[in-house]
Amino acid sequence: MSTKTINKIADNIDPSLFEFAEYDESKAELTGYSNYSFWRSTIQVFLKNKVAVVLLLIVGLVVLFTLVQPYLPNQKLPNKIYLDPATGLQLRNQSPNAEYWFGTNSIGQDLWARIWSGTRTSLFIGFAVGLFEALVGITIGALWGYVRKLDAVITEIYNVWDNIPTTVVLIILTYIMKPSIPTIIFAMCMTGWLGMARFVRNLIIIIRDREYNLASRCLGTPTSRIITKNLLPYLVSVIMLRMALAIPLAIGNEVFLSYIGMGLPLDIPSLGNLINEGRILMMSPALRYQLLFPAAVISIVTVSFYVIGNVFADSADPRNHV
Amino acid sequence: MKYYLIRLLRSVLTLLIVVTVVFLLMRMMPVEGYFGTNYDKLDELQKQAKLENLGLLDPWYIQLKDFYVSLLHGDLGQSITYRPKVAISTIIGSKFLVSLRFGLASLSLSLVLGLSMGILMARSKGKIWDKLGTGYVVGANAVPAVIYYLLIQVFVTKWLDLPLLYEKVNMLSWILPVICLSLVSTAYYAMWIRRYMVDELNKDYIRLARAKGLRNKTIMIKHVMRNAFVPMAQYLPASILYTISGSIYVESLFSIPGTGGLLVTAIQRQDNTLVQALVLVYSSIGIIGLLLGDILMATFDPRIKLHNEGGSR
Repeated sequence: MSTKTINKIADNIDPSLFEFAEYDESKAELTGYSNYSFWRSTIQVFLKNKVAVVLLLIVGLVVLFTLVQPYLPNQKLPNKIYLDPATGLQLRNQSPNAEYWFGTNSIGQDLWARIWSGTRTSLFIGFAVGLFEALVGITIGALWGYVRKLDAVITEIYNVWDNIPTTVVLIILTYIMKPSIPTIIFAMCMTGWLGMARFVRNLIIIIRDREYNLASRCLGTPTSRIITKNLLPYLVSVIMLRMALAIPLAIGNEVFLSYIGMGLPLDIPSLGNLINEGRILMMSPALRYQLLFPAAVISIVTVSFYVIGNVFADSADPRNHV
Repeated sequence: MKYYLIRLLRSVLTLLIVVTVVFLLMRMMPVEGYFGTNYDKLDELQKQAKLENLGLLDPWYIQLKDFYVSLLHGDLGQSITYRPKVAISTIIGSKFLVSLRFGLASLSLSLVLGLSMGILMARSKGKIWDKLGTGYVVGANAVPAVIYYLLIQVFVTKWLDLPLLYEKVNMLSWILPVICLSLVSTAYYAMWIRRYMVDELNKDYIRLARAKGLRNKTIMIKHVMRNAFVPMAQYLPASILYTISGSIYVESLFSIPGTGGLLVTAIQRQDNTLVQALVLVYSSIGIIGLLLGDILMATFDPRIKLHNEGGSR
């Protein structure tokens, strides 16, 4: 190409192209900014599932109601034995009526009050177990997955512990200790944290050596900070799922322990106690309400927590976010 | 071969630890459990003499040694309150055949039902069958089993006119317990197969099989199902062995004379030696089951080794 043509091209170039563009800070913000927020996306995805939302509302109402029920007007006491004002005898096995909404049990206690008091006990056990599981499971799981030297040791301990059937551990511990709420919580916690720890460990091993963690380590970030800031946010979905599932599981275990006669004493109403009382009377059709009411409450609570936990875990998984 | 050896050693070690821990825990149990019904009639001296006779006042390590020695002779001790002075091995032996029969029946039922249900759900993913199946799985997993067992016992026996309790000669009375026993594991197998098939059908090797013109049936049987069975092989021996321990709920509800209710009865009657023996038997069943499962899986899938060979993470 001749010098002439090059000059001609150069002459035709618009000189304005070589001026500095105006720098607009607000426009720069617009391109670099993403309005993605983990929790908002999680909630958005969760709200799309209508069944889960309805169940969440139901569970919210149930939990709220168990808390406020004793303070409402016209409530009976769960452990008081009611007497017939005319005869002075115990009001045994009254069918549901205007005075005793769910009827009375075989010694004249108000079933409505006992069911809500029992739901309170069972939910408390469930939440306590779930919380403990999360605390211990996450701590041990994080150490197990992150600190290589501990891996072999904790794996061996886990293998031994996991080999003992859960039922057996529950039965032995409650058999040895006195039946009470702390006993039951303790027995369930002894086995509950294993699953959580294993899940957390596996996830942490997967994400531990990603580049951003390598960078943090090179920059000298302390291990505790890497675990809490870099790793744990990835685990939210698994942790929430395990915690939500811990509640139905704890309720089921409590029912089981009461069934085999290792449950709470009868003056602490719990869903397990109520099922057990109802079971004894279930063969006479007129008294079946004593089994059906607690069974309905248990089913609603456990199914709701199960579904909510699963749906929430799905929506907290960033792969399902828009 | 090395894998099997190490795995076996580990199981033996686990079993030893579990047995020792359980034995020591049992020392903390209330001593009433060693006397039976006449506890209140005895005075302090007689109680001490009896405890000493049973060797319960020795230091724990001597008790442990004695226990292991008798265990090696196949002696699990004698029952105290449940059937006084009868060897525990006799009690368990007479009962476990009943439990085994029910367990195996329900295991095969739940495998058949669960697998077909899972396949059906995976095929109609997102449609009505899938949703119904998911509902069933959620219900079976979330709600405590005893609740639907009780409802089945109360209502289904009436509707179908089936016997309420187990009778040895009446085969009709066997139907409901077997169904009850299989409800939970059916849900488990169904969920498992559904998830596996949905994941697997999108994979490259299935696409290749489809692209080269294999029929859907062949793909399902030869590729998907065969792969799906490998992880299940791990749990199969454990589930078979666990049938020996029976189901506590079902056996006591339908009053089946199996081993499941035995632990509950032993606890309620405070029969310490029986509880101890049963716990040991159940734990060893679990450990042996897992061992067999791992061995079976390693046989099916040669990629499995005990230690990953360095640098994988």
